[in-house]
Amino acid sequence: MTSNWFVNMAYFIAAIVFIFGLKAMASPVTARKGVVWAGYAMIAATLATFFIPDLHNIGLMVVAIVLGGGVAWYSGKVVKMTDMPQMVAIYNGMGGGAAAGIAAIELVRGVPHDAVTSTLLALGAVIGAVAFSGSCVAFAKLQGLMTKAIRLPGQNNINFLLSVITIGIGLTVAYSAHPGGFEIFLFFVLALALGVILVMPIGGADMPVVISLLNAFTGLAVGFKGFVIGNPALIVAGIVVGASGMLLTQLMAKAMNRPIRNIIFAPITGAAAEGG
Amino acid sequence: MDGFTALYIFALAAFTGYEVISRVPVILHTPLMSGSNFVHGVVLIGSMVALGHADPESPLQLLIGFFAVFLGAANAAGGYIVTERMLGMFKAGGRKQGGEQ
Repeated sequence: MTSNWFVNMAYFIAAIVFIFGLKAMASPVTARKGVVWAGYAMIAATLATFFIPDLHNIGLMVVAIVLGGGVAWYSGKVVKMTDMPQMVAIYNGMGGGAAAGIAAIELVRGVPHDAVTSTLLALGAVIGAVAFSGSCVAFAKLQGLMTKAIRLPGQNNINFLLSVITIGIGLTVAYSAHPGGFEIFLFFVLALALGVILVMPIGGADMPVVISLLNAFTGLAVGFKGFVIGNPALIVAGIVVGASGMLLTQLMAKAMNRPIRNIIFAPITGAAAEGG
Repeated sequence: MDGFTALYIFALAAFTGYEVISRVPVILHTPLMSGSNFVHGVVLIGSMVALGHADPESPLQLLIGFFAVFLGAANAAGGYIVTERMLGMFKAGGRKQGGEQ
C-alpha cells in the first residue's frame, strides 16, 4: 500500500513536470532547462516503477533497459547534427513499437476488458504499429537508404481499405475473450504494412511534417495504452504529446506553405517540393 | 480506473497539450518535435509494467515484453540525448539554428 502511494506520487509529479518541460521547450530562452527537467522526471518515474508490488521478470527488464537505453544514448550522442531528423524518426518509431508491444502482450495474455478498453487497445495497437513502421520508412528515406517515392495506383483507396480491414480485425481480436494466435499475428502484420504504404509515397522534403505527425500518433498510442493498463501518467503524457503534436504538425505544414492534406493524400514527389 | 474519470483526464490533457505549445516560434519546431518525442518515451514505464505482469512461463510473452521495454528505453534515452543536443545549440549564440529547415 505504502509503496503504491509512493509510485503514484512519483508518476503524478512526473506528469506535471513533463507538461512544464514542454511549456519551457516552446521558448528559446528556457528550452534547454525544459528538457533537463523532463529528463529527471523520466528517471524518477522509471525508478519508481520498480517499486510496484508483484512485478516479475525484473532481471530481464533491467537488461532490456540497459541495452535499449545504451544503444540509443550512444547513437544519439555520435550522430551528426544534420542527421538529427531521422534520429528523431527512429526513436519515435521505437516508442510506437513499445506501445504496440504492450498491446500484443495484453492480447496474448487474453485478459478480459470492457468495451471501451478493448476498443482503445485495438486502436492504440494500430496507431502504435503504424507509427513504428512508418517511422522506419521515414528514417530510411532521410538516411538515403530509400530514395524513390513509390506511389501505388489508387493509393488513397488502398490506404482506406487497408485501414478499415486492419481496424476491423483489431476490434474482433480485442473483443474476443481468447483470441487465436494467428489472428493476433495477422492483425500486427497488417498494421505494420499500413504504416509502410502510408509513408512510402511521401517525398523527402515533406518528411519533417510526416515525422511530426507520426510523433503525435505515438503520443496517442501511448495515451490509449495508459487507459488499457490503468496508468494515468501514460494517459497524461501521451495525450498531451498527441494534442501538441497535432498542433505542431499543422504549424510546420503552414511554415512550409503546404496544407497537411496535400502532404498525406496527394504528395508531390521528389524535386518539386525541395523549395520548402 | 473509472471510464469517465479517464475521459476527463483525456479531455483536459488534450487541451493542455494544445495550449502549451500554441505560441512556439518556427525556429523551435524541430527541437520541440524532438522534445515531445522524448516525453512519450514514458511508454517505457508502461512496457515495464506489461513485462512485469507477463507470465514467466511463456517465452512468447517474455520476448514481446523484452522488445517493448527495449524499444521504450531507446525512445526515452535517444529522445533525450537528441533533444538536449539540439537545444544545446541555443545557449551560445542565442539565434543559432539547430537541425534542419
